[in-house]
Amino acid sequence: MIRLSFWILGALLLGGIVHLSTVLAMPQAATQDAYSRLARLAPVNSLVPLAPPTAQDAIMPFMDPAFAVAVCRYDLSAGTLKFNAPVSQAYTSVTFYTRKSVAYYAINDRAAGRRAIELDLMTPEQHAELPEEQDVTAADRLIIDSPTTTGLIVLRALAPEPGLMAMARRALADARCRAVPLQQ
Amino acid sequence: MRLFFGSCFTLFLAAVIGLSATWLTVTRGVAFGSLKIGAWTAWPRSGSTDIDPYARAIIARSGELPIGTGDGVAFYARTDDAGKAFDGRCTFVLSGMTPSARYWSLTLYDPEGKLVANTIDRHGFTSAELLRDVGGRFAINVGPRARPGNWLPSGGIEKFVLVLRLYDTPIGVASMTSKEGPMPAIVRKACS
Repeated sequence: MIRLSFWILGALLLGGIVHLSTVLAMPQAATQDAYSRLARLAPVNSLVPLAPPTAQDAIMPFMDPAFAVAVCRYDLSAGTLKFNAPVSQAYTSVTFYTRKSVAYYAINDRAAGRRAIELDLMTPEQHAELPEEQDVTAADRLIIDSPTTTGLIVLRALAPEPGLMAMARRALADARCRAVPLQQ
Repeated sequence: MRLFFGSCFTLFLAAVIGLSATWLTVTRGVAFGSLKIGAWTAWPRSGSTDIDPYARAIIARSGELPIGTGDGVAFYARTDDAGKAFDGRCTFVLSGMTPSARYWSLTLYDPEGKLVANTIDRHGFTSAELLRDVGGRFAINVGPRARPGNWLPSGGIEKFVLVLRLYDTPIGVASMTSKEGPMPAIVRKACS
């Protein structure tokens, strides 16, 4: 009896280890995460508008149907990225996600404070290599450090009512996501 | 021999315990740092790099992109204020106030996060399109049958989820209390 309880205790301990390691391994093993879903639709380093979610079909679960959405799937291995988006009349936001769907930075039109949201995205290494004078003159340039080399930029424009969805989509159409090759 | 069977039994039991615990936490949506106001729950840290490993696992499995902290916050409700699970055959009334935010939206999903088919093609409301009374208060009827005023059709599905997203809210969400963040009350009315 005592022997059996030792075996069970051991099983509980091992079970705990199995549980924790599977939870931690899940993001690495996931094949249906947001990045993988979008990799099929969005070419790298270009902004692609996403189809609005419907009852029959949605690219991702829990998408807000009040928003027009465009995605830039980025890869910084060949250089930095320039992103700019004109703000729509209602509400516009830009959110940056790592390869594993962690939102590491988000900004909205009011926080950007201008008629357009303009950002430079780079890895911390590329940021460190930036020529000094460029960094100084870049006072009005917002530089974002990406913790991962690949990831997602998601641009969202609100349509306050369904009739304004076309306007929100037009605002997205003028946004750009452009790779800047490394200077030799 | 006894040792062999004993270790086999232990390893098997460990695998069952570990994997079922993972399955339960990931499918039931267990994540730390939740903020509960009435029937509504938000996980403000899921929109930042402070996201905990459980929330990471849930997001990796579901394939969703959490709303970023600088963008807004999402509150989920699966029950009414009395704690009864949402039932698509019943009518629920949402009324009251929302925390101050530039915009908010309310959306109805099935438990998997898909929109629900309905005849008028309405899946939610934004704060700008809602019909309100003179005092600025609103009431939204969530149910299978058409209602006057703000009707959010539930399509009669067995279970559903309501998501209230606040965009550009000045309140520090992590420290929000029910006083600063008055969330709409959810009351169950007639069932058919």
